Amino acid sequence: MKKRRFFKPRQKKLNRSVAGNGLLFFIMAICGFFMALPLVMIINNCLKPLDEIYQFPPRILVRNPTLENFTDLFTIMNDSWVPFSRYILNTIIITGFGTVGHVVLASLAAYPLAKHDFPGKKLLFNMVVLSMMFSWTVTQIPNYMIISWLGINNNYLALILPACSYGMGLYLMKQFMEQLPTSLMESARLDGASEYQIFWKIVMPNVKPAWLTLAIFQFQQMWGNTGSMFLRDEQLKPLQFALQQIAAGGTARAGAAAAVTFIVAAVPIIFFLACQSNVLETMTTSGMKD
Amino acid sequence: MASKEALVKAKKQHSLGYQIKRNKACYVMLAPYFILFFLFTVLPVLTSIALSFTYFNMLEWPTFNGWNNYIKLFLEDDIFLVSLKNTLIFAVVTGPVSYLLCLIFAWIINEFSSKVRTLLTLIFYAPSICGNAYMVWSLILSSDRYGYLNGILIKLGIINEQKLWMQDAKYILPCLIVVQLWLSLGTGFLSFIAGLQTVDKSLYEAAALDGVKNRWQELWYVTLPAMKPQLMFGAVMQITQSFAVADISIQLAGNPSVNYAGATVVTHLLDYGSTRFDMGYASAIATVLFLLMVGTNKLVQKLLGRVGE
Repeated sequence: MKKRRFFKPRQKKLNRSVAGNGLLFFIMAICGFFMALPLVMIINNCLKPLDEIYQFPPRILVRNPTLENFTDLFTIMNDSWVPFSRYILNTIIITGFGTVGHVVLASLAAYPLAKHDFPGKKLLFNMVVLSMMFSWTVTQIPNYMIISWLGINNNYLALILPACSYGMGLYLMKQFMEQLPTSLMESARLDGASEYQIFWKIVMPNVKPAWLTLAIFQFQQMWGNTGSMFLRDEQLKPLQFALQQIAAGGTARAGAAAAVTFIVAAVPIIFFLACQSNVLETMTTSGMKD
Repeated sequence: MASKEALVKAKKQHSLGYQIKRNKACYVMLAPYFILFFLFTVLPVLTSIALSFTYFNMLEWPTFNGWNNYIKLFLEDDIFLVSLKNTLIFAVVTGPVSYLLCLIFAWIINEFSSKVRTLLTLIFYAPSICGNAYMVWSLILSSDRYGYLNGILIKLGIINEQKLWMQDAKYILPCLIVVQLWLSLGTGFLSFIAGLQTVDKSLYEAAALDGVKNRWQELWYVTLPAMKPQLMFGAVMQITQSFAVADISIQLAGNPSVNYAGATVVTHLLDYGSTRFDMGYASAIATVLFLLMVGTNKLVQKLLGRVGE
């Protein structure tokens, strides 16, 4: 018979005491309450009728839940002169290519940095790490000039290409790949595998938690981008821009704005759950590392 | 003769050209990322550093003015010094504490079974995923007696009248620190969670045989050393976050905040960069902040080298 427990069965985890488990559970319950506040607030807000949104003093929990806010939002969406499906398509293109592109390019570059020795390796890696420490505000203008010079202004590429070259992804992937035992790659090399095959067939499957986590970060980043700096044509703008535009509509649209806030948060959360449950799944299967 | 040939061959292998040729596959793999990286990161950063030696108002062509921006920054700009002091306090408090929180919570969550874990991860990561989630705090810290904190404290009889949390210079910085700590389970946290998954399970069994008695010893002697690369990564992310704090200060305390009590280096930078359009000066601020972070990073990496010893 299988017993269901919060904690893993005894034979899997060594060195665990019941008192310790109880203490940890208690800590998590208290802290979890505070951490969950924004989620609770966003969900409650989007269900509030207008009079409750403007209630003073404000309450976090909803009294008379309604879906009015969403029907309002959809009515406004139907009125927009660029069809909403177009905004959604734009977002899929920008977020999709931005996320996949970054994960693939950064991993591809991280592999030689982690597992090979070649001239210039240290310099390149240090540049990436240091680049994360420079304030993004002041590089915006040079960045804009470069994008204009490349002629990709008012183009999806203006958002996708810079996103592919963020520093964080490369650093994250490199750190995880460094942990892989070199013997793993050596044996594949002896079997005649090329570097690319080693990368796809051996390195990437073994650092699955890393690239799933990176995908979460990057998706969040791309999803939150309104693109208003580079995209001028209304037909090219992402969903985020259109939604923010609706949310900024003033008092009468406070309900729709609450619905917008919910949708804006819900999409990355769904993505997060899909990736995160896989991150945690890998644990059970990847015990065969050298 | 043979030895001479071997020598020539050895020399050839050491030459740069040969090394590059031998590692051709590496460079091909690096190329796509680094071409974009040079274009969209290195070039803009270098341009900004160059601009920090100019006067640049974004309308006229920048004019060179030497070290003037830096001289003004340190000798004439009192507000910069206040913001620098605030940032340092902020970084010294939130940096290490956030980092430990990320680590501790990631580790605790890892103790639960996998379904509970996903849910707990979501709850603890929620402040980072819900956009401007810290606006919850504007309710809690609201300055009237309906603000949650004021309400609770008055009910408990700890204070008699409401405190102006975000308008009183005395309270602004401590309040912002609390909010920042609450927000701290972000990038580092998730990378630790992922890092914990990659720790080889057989290490734990071996450690138990070697006399590791409880989970705390296991953490220090097995888990932490095994996830050193993630610890390094987390530290860098923590530095970039705790030195670059600005959003929460601007949203909760305003920019400028009362008596500049909530001013940080980045709010000061934003003030010059996006309000006063003095990009040369803003670039100088960014360069100083950059050097500050690089120095801190060196120090922290050294400290982390000692984990598990």
